Amino acid sequence: MTELNLKIKKELERLIPSNFSKAKTKAVYDRVEKEFEEMKIEPGESVGLVSAESIGEPGTQMTLNTFHFAGVAEMNVTVGLPRIIEILDARKVPSTPMMEIYLKKPYSEGKDIKKIAMQLKETKLDELIEEIIINIIDLSINISFNTEKMELIGITQAKMIKMLEKSCKTAFSIEKRDDGILMKSKNKDESLNILYKTKEKIKGLVVCGVPGIEQVLPVKRNDEFVIMTSGTNLKKVMDFEFVDNTRTISNDIHEVHAVLGTEAARQTIINEVFKVIENQGLNVDIRHIMLVADLMVISGEVKGVTRSGVISNKASVLARASFETPIKHIIDAALTGETDVLASVVENVMLNQPVPVGTGLPGLVTKFKF
Amino acid sequence: MEDNEPSVFKKVDKISFGVFSPKMIKKMSAAKIVTPELYDKEGYPVDGGLMDTRLGVIDPGLKCRTCGCKLKECFGHFGYIDLARPVIHIKYVTLVLNMLKCTCRECGKILYSGSRVRDFIDNINKAEEESGHSSKKASVKSMVTSLKTINKCPHCKAKQHKITVDKPSTFYENDKRLTPIEIRIRLEKISDDDCEILGLNPKSVRPEWLILTILSIPPVTMRPSITLESGERSEDDLTHKLGDIVRINQRLFENINAGAPEIIIEDLWDLLQYHITTFFDNNIAQLPPARHRSGQPLKTITERIKSKEGRIRHNLAGKRTNFSARTVISPDPLLDLNEVGVPNEIAQKLTVPERVTEWNMEYLKEFVDRGPKKYPGANYIIRPDGKKKKITDDTKETFLEEIEPGYVIERHLMDGDIAIFNRQPSLHRMSMMCHKVRVLPYRTFRLNPAVCAPYNADFDGDEMNLHIPQTEEARAEAELLIQVQTQLISPRYGLSIIGCNQDAITGNFLLTREMDSLTYNEAVDLLSAVGEDSFSKLPKKDIVSGKDVVSCILPNDFNFVGHSKSCRKCVECEREKCQTDSYILIKSGNLKTGVLDKSNLGEGSGLLLRDLHKKYGADMTVSIIGKLFRLGIMVLLKRGFSCLISDMDLPSEGAEKIQGILQEAEKKIEALIKVFHDGEMEALPGRSIVETLELRILELLNKARNDTGEVVLEYSDMSSPTSIMVHSGARGNIINLAQMSAVVGQQALRGKRIDFGFKGRTLSCFKKGDLRPSARGFISSSFKSGLKPHEFFFAAMTGRDSLMDTALRTPKSGYLYRRLANAMQDVKVEYDYTVREANTKIVQFSYGEDGIDVSKSENGFINIKKIIEEVTES
Repeated sequence: MTELNLKIKKELERLIPSNFSKAKTKAVYDRVEKEFEEMKIEPGESVGLVSAESIGEPGTQMTLNTFHFAGVAEMNVTVGLPRIIEILDARKVPSTPMMEIYLKKPYSEGKDIKKIAMQLKETKLDELIEEIIINIIDLSINISFNTEKMELIGITQAKMIKMLEKSCKTAFSIEKRDDGILMKSKNKDESLNILYKTKEKIKGLVVCGVPGIEQVLPVKRNDEFVIMTSGTNLKKVMDFEFVDNTRTISNDIHEVHAVLGTEAARQTIINEVFKVIENQGLNVDIRHIMLVADLMVISGEVKGVTRSGVISNKASVLARASFETPIKHIIDAALTGETDVLASVVENVMLNQPVPVGTGLPGLVTKFKF
Repeated sequence: MEDNEPSVFKKVDKISFGVFSPKMIKKMSAAKIVTPELYDKEGYPVDGGLMDTRLGVIDPGLKCRTCGCKLKECFGHFGYIDLARPVIHIKYVTLVLNMLKCTCRECGKILYSGSRVRDFIDNINKAEEESGHSSKKASVKSMVTSLKTINKCPHCKAKQHKITVDKPSTFYENDKRLTPIEIRIRLEKISDDDCEILGLNPKSVRPEWLILTILSIPPVTMRPSITLESGERSEDDLTHKLGDIVRINQRLFENINAGAPEIIIEDLWDLLQYHITTFFDNNIAQLPPARHRSGQPLKTITERIKSKEGRIRHNLAGKRTNFSARTVISPDPLLDLNEVGVPNEIAQKLTVPERVTEWNMEYLKEFVDRGPKKYPGANYIIRPDGKKKKITDDTKETFLEEIEPGYVIERHLMDGDIAIFNRQPSLHRMSMMCHKVRVLPYRTFRLNPAVCAPYNADFDGDEMNLHIPQTEEARAEAELLIQVQTQLISPRYGLSIIGCNQDAITGNFLLTREMDSLTYNEAVDLLSAVGEDSFSKLPKKDIVSGKDVVSCILPNDFNFVGHSKSCRKCVECEREKCQTDSYILIKSGNLKTGVLDKSNLGEGSGLLLRDLHKKYGADMTVSIIGKLFRLGIMVLLKRGFSCLISDMDLPSEGAEKIQGILQEAEKKIEALIKVFHDGEMEALPGRSIVETLELRILELLNKARNDTGEVVLEYSDMSSPTSIMVHSGARGNIINLAQMSAVVGQQALRGKRIDFGFKGRTLSCFKKGDLRPSARGFISSSFKSGLKPHEFFFAAMTGRDSLMDTALRTPKSGYLYRRLANAMQDVKVEYDYTVREANTKIVQFSYGEDGIDVSKSENGFINIKKIIEEVTES
C-alpha cells in the first residue's frame, strides 16, 4: 500500500529541480513515501463523525447574514450558514441561483462582451419599451420602442411583430408605425379590461435570451472575461457556441446533476461548500467536505442530509428512529419485519455495548478447547 | 469491577421488529386483568387489577408472584385484557385502509390478475435489489395507488365499493359504517403471498393482528406509582389510561351480556376505541387529548418515546453517569497542559476503585483507616461478593480487619489519576479530553489557559465537567486516545489547535522583540520560573537577549524557517536582514532572528508548533507549549503590562489627516447625491439607480474607513501597550484600534446602510430623504471621543442585530450539526482502507482520495517542498 497517488507524484515531478542527481531524487521519493505511509489513515477511524464535527463546529462561528457586498462588481450571494444548510439539505432551488459562464477564445478577451451578455440575458418586452399606451377611443395599444436597446440585442421590429402576433393569437391586428407598433383589437367592442390584461401580458413576453437568466454581469477575472449571471439555465447556456462549456458552471446542484451527471453534482457540492467556508475565513480540510458530498450522491441521486434523504437510507431501524420521527420508523419496521443487526453506532450505545468503530472494531478470534 | 461478574459477556446480536399476535400476547402474559381497581382496603394490589403483583412489583418488601424476585430484581411481566369488541390500532389505520382498498371485499385477493401480480413481484424485488429498502417501499406505494381505482375483482368478479376513512379511525364503505369486526374478517381472508406484495412480512405480521382483540398490558415496573408526602398514591399516566380502558371494557361486556340496545353498545365501543387510541397516542389531531383531572394532557406511549425528552433520545442515545463532577473553571498557567486542578472537596467525593492484592494491602488499608473525611482516604469498600459498604468511623475497624485480596477499595482521587474533562457544547472531539488530576485547594477546576481553545472556554463563569473512568480498560483508553497531547493536531485542518494566546503571545512578542539586554540572572530567573532547568544553552555572558531565553526552551536540533505576523510579504525576502525582524530562523535550536507572535505561537496558525510535533512527538510539544506559555506570562509579570486611554491618542497631524479623509469622502458622496438628484446617474448593469448610488456610497465609505485605518497604523505609537497587543496578534485588530482612536465607521444593517424606518428618514432628527452618510448610519466619531446621540442609536441598532444573529444561528447550526452527525456517525475506514457505511456500502475507495489522515498531515498535505530542501541540504 505504499503506492503514492497520482497527485503527489505529479507534485513531485513538478517540484524536484531538474539538476537533481538520481540518488537525491530517490532520497526525496523515499522520504515522501515514508511520510505518506505515516500519514495514512488507520482502519477503524471514525472518519464520518470527524467530518461531521469538522463542518458542524465551525458552523457556530459563521455569520447568518445572508448578503454581502464584495465591492460594486459582485452580485448578491447567499453566504454563510444559510448557504451551507441549503446545500446540505439539497434544496431543489437555491435561494440565489448563479452561473459562471466562461467564454471561448476571442470572446473571453472581451470581444462583443456586452452583446453576448445581452444575448444570454432573459429580456422581457417591458425592458425594450419606451412607452406603452392604451388608446381608449380606438381600443388599441400603442407601443414605442427604445431602438438603441433593440439594436444591442439584435431584434428588429419585424421580428417583434411576429412574436407579438404569436402571443396574442388573432385577437389583434398589428401594424408597424414609424415610432413603434400599433395593436388594434379586431373585436370592435372589446372591453377595456381585456385590453389592459393584454398590455400586461405583452410586457412579460420574453423577447430574447435564455429563460431563467435574470441578470448578467461580465467580470474580468485573471485576464479573462467571465459572465456571472443570477438565475441559471445550464443546459440552454451550454448550447451557445461562444460558451466554453468545459468550465461553465451553475451553483444549482440539482441542475448540474441533471445536465452533467452525478460526479459533477458531487464536485459542485464540494466547491460550493468549500467556497462558503473559505469565504468565512475558516479552515476546514477538503476531505471532510468530500465525504459529505460522497454520502449525498452515493445513491446516484442528490439526497440531502435530512430525515427523508441520506438518513432514511440507513439500514438500521434504531439509528433512523434515534434521529427523528421514531414512532414511524418503528412501526414500519414492525410491519416489514425488519431486523437490526446492530452494525453501527447508536444502536450499540442504546444497548450499552461497545460500538464497532475505532478501538471497538477489532475482535479477538481464538480456538476454544473443551 | 465486581468479582462475581462473568468473564464472558453476552452480546445482543440483533433486534427483530414485528407485531405480536393475539396468541403471543396471551402466551407471554403473566396475568389476565379483569378489574379496574388497583388496591384493596389494606393498600395491597388487587388480584387481576392493574397493579397485580404478577406483573412485577414496585413496593419494597413485596415479591413478584411470577418470578419470585423483589423490587429492582424483577423487571416486570406483561398482562393482557380480552377486549369485548375488537378495536383498530390507531397507528395502523392508513395501512388497514390500503389493504381494504387493494383487496377484494369478497374473496380477499389482490385486485390484479395473476400475471400482473407476478410482474409486480418481479418489479419490487428488482427495485429492492437495485436501490434498497426505501425504493421497495416506494414501488409498493405506487401499486397501492393504482389498485385503488379498480372496482371489479378479476378473480371472483365481485363489485368493489368505495372505502373511506373518517379520521381518526372510523371506516365507511359507501357511507355504511364498517365495524372493526367486519374489517377483521376481511383482513383474515388476505393470503400470506398477497400480504407480501402489500409490503408486509407474513412471518412477522398478519393483517388481522392490526385489529386488536386482546390488549397487552405493560408491566407495573414500566408505570410505577409515586407515594406523595401526604401518603397518597399517585398513579402513572399509563395506569390511569389503562384503568379507563379496563373500566369501559367491563361495561361493554356487561352491556353485551345484558343484551343492551345496539346504540348503547356502539357508543361504548367508540369510547373503548377512543381510550385505546389515546393509550397509544394522545396527540391525534382529530381527537381531544385525554386529560388529568387537573387538565394537563396525559403522557401516553407515543409521547414517552418520541422527541428530545423521549425515551430514545433522552435515555437510550444519551445516558447519565456517576463519578462525575461539575464546577466553575479558573485559569492556572502553572499547571501543565494535560493537568486539571481538582478541588479538594471534589477529590474526596469522587473515587477510584482499587483492587486489594497481597502487595498493596497495607497501602490501601491506610486509605480505609483515614476514612472518608480525611484527605487521601476511601469512601467505600466492595466485598468480593459485590456488596458495597460505606466506610464510617464505626465500621472502619471491622473493615480494616476483614480486608483481604479480592476486596476493592474506592479511594479518593489523587494526583496523577486519570480524568476526562469536558465543556459543553461538545462540538468536536477536543471538547472531551483526558487530563491528569492535580488536587488543589479552593473550589474551582483549574486548567492551563492554553487548552481553552479546544474547549472554547473562557473564565467568565464557565463550568466544566469531570469524569473519572472506573476500569483499567477505560483508563488506558482515555490515556492513550484522548489525552491532551494526542489531540494537539486538529483533525479539522491538520494544524496545532493548542497554542499560546493573549498574554502569553504578548509576552513572547516583547521578549523576542525588545528585551535584548537581560542580565544572565534575569534570564535564569525567567527560565526557572517557567520550569526549564537546563540553562546550558544560555550564552555565558553578562547580558543575554530575549531570543536566547526562548532558544533555551527549544530542542537542540530543531530547525525552522517562518514569517512573523508583521511580515510585509516582500517580493524578494530579505531574510536575516528583514527590517521588521519578521524572518524567523531557528537553527539548531537557536532562535537567530525573528519575532515570535501569533502567527507562529497561536492556535491553528503557522507550522512552528506542527513541526515541533512532527519531529519530537506530542509529549515534548505539549511541554514546550507549556513552557512558552509560562514564559510569556513571566515576562509580563517581570516587565509589567497595562494599557491606558492615551494609547488611543493620535498626534494632531494624524487626526487632521483623518478629518481630511472623512471630509473628502463626504464631499465625493455629496457630489454623487447631487448627480443622483439631478437624474444623471447611470445605473450599473443589472442594478437600479438607487442601488447603484448605495453601492457607490458604500464603496467610498469603506475606502475612507480603510484609509483611516492605515493612518492610525502609521501614526500610532508602536510601543504603546494597546498596539503591542494588536501587532503581536494577542488581542484586537487594527479596525478596533481605528474605531477607538479615529472613526467608528459605517454601521451596516443586513448588508445595507441603515434604512429609512420612519417616513423617509432614519431618525426624526434628520430631514426627509437625507442620503448623507451621517443620516444613514455613518459614525464619524471615535469611541474615545464619544458618540453623538444619533450615532449611539445607530450603534445600538447594529448591536441588537448582531445579538439577534447569534441567537438565531446557534439553534440552526446545532440542528445542521445533529443531522450531519446522525447521517455520518457510522461511516468508518475498513481494514481494506475503503470508507464504508455500517451496511458495508462503499462511500469512498480511499479516504479523501489519497488516504491521508488530516490529523497526521500538515494542513492536509505532505510538505514536499520541505523534504526537497532538506534533501538538498544534506
